[in-house]
Amino acid sequence: MKEMSRIVKTVTNFVYGFIIIFGFYIIAHGHLTPGGGFQGGAVVGSAFALLLVSYGSLNSKKFLKEDIFSLFEGFGLILFIVLGFSGLGITFFYNFLANSGGWFGDTAVIGVNPGDMNTGGVIPLMNIAVGLEVLSAFGVIVLTMARGAEFTKKKEKS
Amino acid sequence: MSLSNHIPILIIAIPLLAAFLVPLINRINKKAAGILTALALSVSLILTIALAVKILTVGPQVYVFGAASPSLTLPSGLKFPIRIMLQIDAMSIFMGLITAVVSFLGAIYSLSFTKQYDGVDKYYSLLLLLTVGMFGMEFTGDIFNFFVFLEIASIASVALISFRGIDFGEPAEAGFKYMIVSSISALMVLFAIGIFYGQYDLLNFAALASVIKYSQLDKIALGLLIPVLAMKAGAVPMHMWTPDAYSEAPAPITMILVAASQASLYALFRVVFSLYNISLNALTVGWIIIVFGLLSMFIGVTMAIVQKDIKRLMAYHAVSQTGYMFLGVGVGLAVLANPEALKNYGITAMEGGIFHIMNHAMYKGLLFLTAGALFFRTGTRDLNKMGGLAHYMKYTTIFFIIGAAAIAGLPPFNGFASKLLIYESVYRFNPLLSIMAMVVSILTLASFVKVFHSAFLGPKLPQFKEVKETPRSMLFAMAVLSCIIIFFGLFPDLIVKNLVHPAVMSLIEQLQYTGTVLGGM
Repeated sequence: MKEMSRIVKTVTNFVYGFIIIFGFYIIAHGHLTPGGGFQGGAVVGSAFALLLVSYGSLNSKKFLKEDIFSLFEGFGLILFIVLGFSGLGITFFYNFLANSGGWFGDTAVIGVNPGDMNTGGVIPLMNIAVGLEVLSAFGVIVLTMARGAEFTKKKEKS
Repeated sequence: MSLSNHIPILIIAIPLLAAFLVPLINRINKKAAGILTALALSVSLILTIALAVKILTVGPQVYVFGAASPSLTLPSGLKFPIRIMLQIDAMSIFMGLITAVVSFLGAIYSLSFTKQYDGVDKYYSLLLLLTVGMFGMEFTGDIFNFFVFLEIASIASVALISFRGIDFGEPAEAGFKYMIVSSISALMVLFAIGIFYGQYDLLNFAALASVIKYSQLDKIALGLLIPVLAMKAGAVPMHMWTPDAYSEAPAPITMILVAASQASLYALFRVVFSLYNISLNALTVGWIIIVFGLLSMFIGVTMAIVQKDIKRLMAYHAVSQTGYMFLGVGVGLAVLANPEALKNYGITAMEGGIFHIMNHAMYKGLLFLTAGALFFRTGTRDLNKMGGLAHYMKYTTIFFIIGAAAIAGLPPFNGFASKLLIYESVYRFNPLLSIMAMVVSILTLASFVKVFHSAFLGPKLPQFKEVKETPRSMLFAMAVLSCIIIFFGLFPDLIVKNLVHPAVMSLIEQLQYTGTVLGGM
């Protein structure tokens, strides 16, 4: 894939940071607002796709590394299943942090309220785990597709 | 709270954790991936056996996710269960034992078999995910959760079927075919779940079973569920994916895929018996399943006879043997509303059909493993190119003879036990069906005599001078399966009485199934 024009690259430079921050916002507020780990992860992943398309697959190899993505993918999955295991004192996936007063342990207020980030127990942590998994999986998929496109182009030429 | 209450979830969660750890471990040590997989699946196998002992002595078990206690199915003040739960009775654990044995032996066999492939960490990761999907389909008590596990198993199988790479063409085609088949079936299952949820606002199997009315919509849901689950099990009008998928997948994966297709078969029986039971028109639905069985038996075996590719031939036999299970259980279903016939021969027919599931997983697994061993050493699956291999691979030859005798239903092996149960009981339902089953069995013997003759017998061929006996881990997996086959063949009474009969009774008695969750309503 070749890189695109200077206009596209400049706009990308302005925008991609905001897209990533917006994605992390959706992940972090998953237990309060619409969205969650998967949706936020997909938004962050779309920023990677934007970078790849505008800079071309050769240039973007410098900052999008498949190896690191797959490492984070495994890390996110393990974080999720470990959260499941850590409830095992009572039942698998037991929400042991909810209403405990500690991390994410406030009791949720019923009725209209501005929203308290510090509620939900293990749910926000699971959202973060899923978000990490999805954004890195999205990165791996995009990079694999770019490699596949490269491969077929080479085949057609030869 | 002791750990023994958590056995149901640990059986699923430990392979899942291992599946995620494998890619990370592989960065540190290339050999550790296979060993970790085998270790995780051996833990799963031990836990499954422990759970089986518990279920067969104490009774069905439930495990509720995230509740204050694992057995709290109904939170206070509610009339129906709201949480996702695992509900494991004698039938589920019967299938769970098959899955545990087959996946463990598949992992052991893969230790040597995967030396020819790259990207082994992904192979093991997917193998573990496939196992998780199968365990989940068999253990879950929630119909939407069943759909999720069905998808996990399907996606893992698709990737594993085409694992040999897109450069070859055929594996990619087989994987693509299976992907279409499994996504269609998953969508239809989801549609049926939507119908149930729209009508009853319930997703729990047991709670649904207690209120199901067999209305027009329920008939539509049944009409969606039976064909797609039969398709995933490889019954004949929808069997087009089996020969490709079974023959192109790596041999240990083929063995596990056979068990995965039986997990769909289990789901079909679960839907028909536990969900609908006598509320449906048992005679009609029973005959539909019998016709699936007859077609599968006959078309499967006649297609198998003409094949030249050893794994494709065995794949058609897998279709044909699935027909026996449909036949046995179909007869049981057809007489479900007739207590006297059920007692006289219906239960025996179902015992034959259910026992055949386990027997088939064992001997067909063994046969696919021997075919994999031949491919591993000779590099070909074409029977016309093979010959005289008994000179070089004597243990593999013995294992092949055991597997072939078992599938053909020769007496000291396990295939005989279950087939005899089917013949005797089905004869009392309709003699013609029983005669068809026997003819198919004879044709099976004929085609395996052909395979044995063309692959193993004959003079030494010059191109196979370098061929050696298979590596030790592959021999170990085949030897364990052979021992199980001979043990089941020698003591079928023990297995039928202790494992198969409770499984059949847990299918037939719907009230027991719903009572486990709803507390004897």
